[in-house]
Amino acid sequence: MTAAAFAYVRPTSVEGVLEHLDSGRDVTILAGGQSLMPSLNMRLSTPELVVDINRIEALRGIEQRNGYIRIGALVRHAEVASSDLVSRHVPLIARAMRHVAHPAIRNRGTTCGSLANADPAAEMPACAVTLDATLVLLSRRGRRDVPAREFFLGLFETARQDNELLAEVLFPVARPSERFGFDEVATRHGDFAAVGVAARATLASARFDALDLVLFACESRPLHSAAAAEIAVGQSWSPALGDAIATAVAAEMEPIDNLHGRGDTKRKQARTLITRVLERIVHG
Amino acid sequence: MHPEARIVGTSQPRQTARRFAAGKGQYTDDIVAARVAHVAFLRSPYAHARCLALDLAAAREAPGVIAAFSGADIASLSPPWTTYLRRLPSHRSAPQPALVIDEACWQGEAVAAIVADTRAQAEDAVELITIEWQELPAINTIEAALDDGAAPVHSALASNLALDHSITDGDIDAAFAQAHTVVSHRFVFGRQTGVSLEPRTILAQFEPNLGELTVYQSHQAPFQMRDIYAAQLGLPLDKVRVIVPDVGGAFGLKLHAYADEMAVVAIATRLDRPVKFVASRLESFVTDAHAREAEAKGRIALDADGKITALDIDMLSGFGAYSCYPRSSVGEALQAIQLGGAPYHVKAFRGRVRGVYQNKVPSGAYRGVGQPIACAITEQLIDLAAKAAGLDPAELRARNLRRAGPSPTRTAGGVVIETLSLHECLAALRQHMGYDALRREQADLRARGIWRGIGLSAFVEITGVGPGLYGPQGLNISAHEACRVSLQQSGAVRCETSVTDQGQGTLEGLAQIIAEELGLGPADIHMIAGDTARTPYGGGAWASRGLALGGEAALRASRKLRAHILAIAGALLQTDPADLSLYGGEILGKTGAAQITLAELVDNVRFRPDTIPLAELPPLEVVEHFVPRTLPYLATNGIQAALVEVDAGLGTVRVLKFWVVEDCGRIVNPQLVDEQIRGGVVQGIGAALYEHCAYADGQLINGSLADYPLPLASEMPDIDVLHVSTPTRETLLGARGVGEAGVVGSLGATWAAVNDALAPLGATVTQQPFTPEHILDRIEAAQANAAKPCSTS
Amino acid sequence: MASLPKAEPIPVEADEHVQIAFTLNGVSVQTDVLPRQHLADVLRQAFRLTGTHLGCEQGVCGACNILVDGKVARACLMLAIQADGADICTIEGLTDSGIIADLQEAFVQRNALQCGFCTPGMLMTAHELLKQEPAPERKLIRETISGNLCRCTGYHAIIDAVESTARARREARDAS
Repeated sequence: MTAAAFAYVRPTSVEGVLEHLDSGRDVTILAGGQSLMPSLNMRLSTPELVVDINRIEALRGIEQRNGYIRIGALVRHAEVASSDLVSRHVPLIARAMRHVAHPAIRNRGTTCGSLANADPAAEMPACAVTLDATLVLLSRRGRRDVPAREFFLGLFETARQDNELLAEVLFPVARPSERFGFDEVATRHGDFAAVGVAARATLASARFDALDLVLFACESRPLHSAAAAEIAVGQSWSPALGDAIATAVAAEMEPIDNLHGRGDTKRKQARTLITRVLERIVHG
Repeated sequence: MHPEARIVGTSQPRQTARRFAAGKGQYTDDIVAARVAHVAFLRSPYAHARCLALDLAAAREAPGVIAAFSGADIASLSPPWTTYLRRLPSHRSAPQPALVIDEACWQGEAVAAIVADTRAQAEDAVELITIEWQELPAINTIEAALDDGAAPVHSALASNLALDHSITDGDIDAAFAQAHTVVSHRFVFGRQTGVSLEPRTILAQFEPNLGELTVYQSHQAPFQMRDIYAAQLGLPLDKVRVIVPDVGGAFGLKLHAYADEMAVVAIATRLDRPVKFVASRLESFVTDAHAREAEAKGRIALDADGKITALDIDMLSGFGAYSCYPRSSVGEALQAIQLGGAPYHVKAFRGRVRGVYQNKVPSGAYRGVGQPIACAITEQLIDLAAKAAGLDPAELRARNLRRAGPSPTRTAGGVVIETLSLHECLAALRQHMGYDALRREQADLRARGIWRGIGLSAFVEITGVGPGLYGPQGLNISAHEACRVSLQQSGAVRCETSVTDQGQGTLEGLAQIIAEELGLGPADIHMIAGDTARTPYGGGAWASRGLALGGEAALRASRKLRAHILAIAGALLQTDPADLSLYGGEILGKTGAAQITLAELVDNVRFRPDTIPLAELPPLEVVEHFVPRTLPYLATNGIQAALVEVDAGLGTVRVLKFWVVEDCGRIVNPQLVDEQIRGGVVQGIGAALYEHCAYADGQLINGSLADYPLPLASEMPDIDVLHVSTPTRETLLGARGVGEAGVVGSLGATWAAVNDALAPLGATVTQQPFTPEHILDRIEAAQANAAKPCSTS
Repeated sequence: MASLPKAEPIPVEADEHVQIAFTLNGVSVQTDVLPRQHLADVLRQAFRLTGTHLGCEQGVCGACNILVDGKVARACLMLAIQADGADICTIEGLTDSGIIADLQEAFVQRNALQCGFCTPGMLMTAHELLKQEPAPERKLIRETISGNLCRCTGYHAIIDAVESTARARREARDAS
């Protein structure tokens, strides 16, 4: 399967990228390429111009800034997985990284690329929604910060306009009272999830002061559960609470049928995963 | 034989492996051909459609395009072929063109071919082809194929029924009527595809001045393909040469004649350039032979002593749009019932299989060819019967496993068996895996809500299939194997063999056999295979034949060569040849002292034959074609076991451990044998848990490696392999085939293990693959059943 | 034909060949590529380095794994033009360097390869694993090579070969 023909440019600056995004040509951004290249090779994607951002220094780097960990557009999954800053301050991502693809993909694929691609079964969008990360979009009009919970609109659809570059993502630094959990059902290790759960809980001994529970891979985008928070906040953990939360989320979700199974199968698996993730969060 | 010369039976590393590990394998796409042109195909997007208009004009004008061909163009070069079996005349197939002429019968069937300077240009041009389709009713399920008034899969077919075959032995109805225990179960086997990592690849070149066609092809049976190309193109056989270079996996799917490959070869005769086609992975999913699609109802009856009195299998087998050429698509369907119950004494047996055409990819041979299905059905019925009768599954098997030998017998399904060692295999398995301890552990874990299962799977399989299965059918398929061994001037030996090797290591095994006979090392044996111009005529690789049949040819040829060498040496040395031996490239005398080297002997024969006092000089080159005379094939047996754990909350299955006890007779290279078994086991686990071709509205919806899950390392267990050894007496070598043993039993073992794990929940899985959804559905159904007030499960 | 300029560049048009220069198996090389060509195709065709195999062109099977700037990557998921200025190492280069000679020998001795099609990619992954983790447990080896599809071996022998290589290296290190 060969790609259809396209033009190629490799700007040396962010401004250069933005100019091409505004050019009126059918443009696609090449970062890690681990999602784009298969799509090009299979001719599912046929852009006029590929803009390669891989040489832009300003897009590199993991830094701590004012209560956030900043991950630039060119930061690879492998860098995130081995980052001390991330493992200390964004432990949810550190957990999720174990499920992300395979070494060769992680060496090239980028966190921001995964967010911009918005595959509903991907791990990074789910983490971003759980933590309500901030996605920084740049265009020739300027900078636009979009909260993760407003960024993912549907299947491979985000709030990013065609002329915007996702330049970096800001993850809030974890607070001492926060606990994190992540699990997924995947056919094989490293596959996209069939059903996934990411959670951040603020616990005071066994009592939930806050719960951000995200179900992913079941709908066209990650589901940040309102029902879970409503039931959990103010309550102390018990298996019955776990069951109530799982039941409520199962009722709240509108899962789609796909190759992994019918919606009702996903509901069953979601219930199991939710109770297990919460149990692990509480008991450590 | 010199005491240090023992090589057969040792785990020599393969000579080719070093080359592969260095990235120096030469697969068909690696071959450099000057000015090679590339072929891309337009393929039918519909399961069934009429092609009303095809316009190649724009495509012909595209950059880099050399030529464009329609179905009619190719048909004038190579006519449609029709699969036909003389002994099964009721099996009718529609004639299959190389490219669709007017009726496309499966999604993916090639319709037009573009030849261009680069693959990309060819694919660009394919997009410029305009085509008008009229969609026709398509048959996508087995049931739909047999409905009253079902649309024909192909307009040339009167009926979609491709096969209706029954086997009966004994009074089956009486046996069920009188039985103490009767159990029935239904089984659904998903459609699968073999997936070799190297896709189908072909490179064809026609030299018009000499009228010679040379085809490099990733294939298992070069002589079969030479015959087909010659016949299709009207070329003399000796003007057609087929070469199979290194092959990156085959598993049966590269045994067939493919329409698109035939188109490439036909095109080559029209162009003055070599022409190459590499199937893309997406194309592979919609063109490589599919297999395994079947639904079956099975029943088993036991008497009060737990003896099997009856086995009844009624099966529907899903073929594709055409019967695969040239061997047909019936093999899997027939073997799926013929091997039913084969490991057991079964008083009465009935097996019926109906095969139906569907508007899907043509189905054909895939490793195991029906035997995994027969085994899975039999073993699952045995387990359910054990449960119903209150017997341990191993115990029920022990009571019923067939004993056979020394004279050949036939199973109820008609399988000819020489000897069996199933009892020994079962005993060895139980002991090695610690069966009783695992059962106790299972009970402890069940008390804690952890669902582990142990599944046993006994199997009998057919290997080393000889000419008897092909010739009588009128098929021009050579099913004997041959070796030509010749002593070289250096004292090394060249062996040209009809056997082909796609990674199994058969050529290494042959080298070991020859080396041991001649007192050399395997590195001294230069193996040549896969070239119809250089090797003696024979089959190639399928049905686990390489070592069993090719090894016998190698053994007989090298024994004769040895006798010739010693006769000449005896004459030269004025010694009785019986007092001479071969070792280390030398001829040793009675005391073990070296008398003359092999190289010196060859020099004498070549340059001073006048000085050798023999009336006739025996040749230093011997060819042996081995044809099995007494048995049609070599049945083997073994038993496998799987240990799994089922997560009832998620429906997922973990395979914790696997065991195989295999009796393949004499083992030439233990490591190669064990690795073939391991590879097959994992393919069977893949079938059990992951693999199936999913369809929606007649379209294959998971035709990519991302969506058709193959087993990866993380989920696979360590696999212990042990052996019992009962050499076959059909050959001097005594080796039976083993290449398919792993896959024949592993689906059954995994199936049995999963159902054993689910037993406390009252659930059984009926459909392969056992996806989490299927498992959760079955658990839910069992719970609903149990909740009913007067439930009978 | 044009070389890429250093300041903000203009796009290379679809039918325009561009010269790229990079280090290939330790040697400086140049070749002309079209934007749409992927690196695996260019390595195989322009440089006749056919040890990098194509099993899917989708990034799933791992048969095309190479080293890019010292890290394992799928050659089918990189545009050839991206190799400009990079350090590329294929199985041929890795073999010639001798760095994985013990790993390759372990594969051969243990028959951790059958048809050989997945093997170069598998060796790349194993090589990187052993660099990062000198004492990998079987579970970690299995997880790491899960990005490399093998249809022949069933993986058991591959795990054995990687494990034995790691052990032999540790023993050699401890002995020295």
